[in-house]
Amino acid sequence: MANKTILQAINEALDQAMEKDESIVVYGEDVGYEGGVFRTTAGLQKKYGEGRVFDTPIAEAAIVGSAVGMAINGLKPVVEMQFSGFSLPAYNQIVTHVARFRNRSRGKYHLPMVIRMPYGGGVKALEHHSESLETLYAHIPGLKLVIPSTPYDAKGLLIAAINDPDPVIFMEPKRIYRAFKQEVPDELYEVPLGKARIAKKGEDITIIAWGALVREVEKAMELVPNINAEIIDLRTISPIDQETIINSVKKTGRVLIVHEAVKSFGPAAEIISIINEKAFVYLEAAPRRLTGFDITVPLPKGENHFIIEPKQIAYEVKNIMAFKA
Amino acid sequence: MLFEKFDPLKGEMLQILDHKGIIINDKLEPKIAKEKLLKMYKTMVLGRVADEKALQFQRQGRMLTYAPNIGQEAAQVGPMAAAKDEDWLVLAFREFNAMLYKGVTLEQAFLYWYGNELGSKYDDNVKVLPINVPIGSQINHAAGLAYASKLQKKDEVAIVFIGDGGTSHGEFHEGVNFAATYDLPMIVIIQNNQYAISTPRHKVIKSKTLAQKAIAYDIFGIQVDGNDPLAMFVAVEEARKRAIKGDGPTIIEAVTYRIGPHTTSDNPKLYREDKEVEEWSKKDPIFRFKRYLIDKKYWTEKADEQLYEEHKQTVLETFKKVEETGEVPLEDIFKYTYEKMTSNLKEQMAYYQEFLDKKGENNGK
Ligand SMILES: Cc1ncc(C[n+]2csc(CCOP(=O)(O)OP(=O)(O)O)c2C)c(N)n1
Repeated sequence: MANKTILQAINEALDQAMEKDESIVVYGEDVGYEGGVFRTTAGLQKKYGEGRVFDTPIAEAAIVGSAVGMAINGLKPVVEMQFSGFSLPAYNQIVTHVARFRNRSRGKYHLPMVIRMPYGGGVKALEHHSESLETLYAHIPGLKLVIPSTPYDAKGLLIAAINDPDPVIFMEPKRIYRAFKQEVPDELYEVPLGKARIAKKGEDITIIAWGALVREVEKAMELVPNINAEIIDLRTISPIDQETIINSVKKTGRVLIVHEAVKSFGPAAEIISIINEKAFVYLEAAPRRLTGFDITVPLPKGENHFIIEPKQIAYEVKNIMAFKA
Repeated sequence: MLFEKFDPLKGEMLQILDHKGIIINDKLEPKIAKEKLLKMYKTMVLGRVADEKALQFQRQGRMLTYAPNIGQEAAQVGPMAAAKDEDWLVLAFREFNAMLYKGVTLEQAFLYWYGNELGSKYDDNVKVLPINVPIGSQINHAAGLAYASKLQKKDEVAIVFIGDGGTSHGEFHEGVNFAATYDLPMIVIIQNNQYAISTPRHKVIKSKTLAQKAIAYDIFGIQVDGNDPLAMFVAVEEARKRAIKGDGPTIIEAVTYRIGPHTTSDNPKLYREDKEVEEWSKKDPIFRFKRYLIDKKYWTEKADEQLYEEHKQTVLETFKKVEETGEVPLEDIFKYTYEKMTSNLKEQMAYYQEFLDKKGENNGK
């Protein structure tokens, strides 16, 4: 057991999974020799050779499309999109093939593969480097969408994703890649997909978040110490853990969903629908969402307006707490 | 015809001015007026000085990420000198010098990398599309511009830039095939600077040259010494003539080298030897162009010193202005989403403004 960052946890998960399972291949742009622009795959090529860890041409459709073929033919590809904004050239492959192979071949073929991509804002990056595109992937039947928020979960969820028989989109909150360390077991372990984590137990209000926003919610609640919130780190966006959400809302009767993805038709809308369908009578206030605005993520000199800060979360929480039907 | 004399499959590369600044192919030496030659040179020096300063600003934490062009000035300015005002320039993201030559101001160019969208709003008469980060996608935009030029019988061409790495992208091939099919007035400049971030060009592209990719589309492709501004000028001038006549697109591979890092977030020591950089530094485009101009008696060492001094001042003053722009106003992040702001957006902005106002009062508590 040692203290590790999310970045180190991901690197370790890949390393140990590759060591154990020879069918795993890792590839993408700058992934091999350099070990990735964020260094998540550092050292892997040296250890496992250029056959299993390699640099590709800049061609995301080729990266994902070839992973389909590899997955069908005995390998387990774990590919990287350099940034989630650049997964879009592969979106056609992901939606029209990755998500559908099991169904259309009635189970003859299935695709054990992981598509990793750093995502999210708050790092003062160039255009197309700050998007939160959860909606685009969570919306597609046949895909799983997983987002860790801690080093422990990053390792365990990635290993579970690699072991999963179905394709998993694994979004990595790059803003907190190196932000903090946590004790991470040295051995291989899984954190199950499809299960949310209760980051903090509470009675007054349920706050649901994932990725880099979980910490922001935690910081926000320090600003309002008299409010005892239950914080749910969703971890798997799709398939969603309805049970954990509903149980919590039944207890608190109040709910706030926080995500950086833009508002309209986003994940919060889905979560609120589920709550309305399954826990309506328990609600004491209208469920609310605090999300990215319905705009293109601004360049760094305007990004401050877009990034959700703890004070804003606290403000929302107080508004919801003040609500009386 | 020029392009027939340089077969990309045989590795024949067009070069007019060698790395010492000596004309090695006098039959092809273009007749460029002194004034224009000096504009080319001065733009290249401005680009170089701006690049070096930008790297400094970034280290001082005053600039965000920046992608320097050092060593690639001729590959950018040569083509723009052969272009006409009415031609379109379609950017990838490493064409600072081309932008400056075509009329983007230094302030605008800096403002973009400083993190302000106004840096993509060039003056009305400047036919340049904004920087295009998603690799390869710009080729199709250029094909569309060229289609419109042709249909509307406008005598103009679309000059589009891409990197060596970008030629692996599907959209590169889709766009070139599209333009070739309809004989569109498009010129593709591939800045082959040998690397795509950490990945050397030969590791991920089997083709001996990038110019030879033209053969598949039955158009001309030529390899040019990209550090030779005269050769780049001549190749684009010829491609432009053919494009205007209706002979279709051309691929020009500018063989050059990225002397600096990919961007300020990149550490080239992880993947290449200093010796390689030193070797390429001997082929510097500015050095050889200066020799040529001095030999022609168009330029002097003294004028050169003065030029660097002037440009340094200009860059410092311009960057100061850029820094004074500060944060983007709240309304600006909303109001360009559509022609008119939707009620949904107005509501989101008002709600946020209310939070900001209250935050001032009660510190969000
Ligand atoms: C579609 C897409 N994928 C990945 C990236 C990330 N990326 C930015 S620059 C770059 C390398 C580009 O190499 P090249 O085309 O040779 O141009 P150069 O940087 O050398 O000028 C990559 C992979 C991107 N911008 N767009």
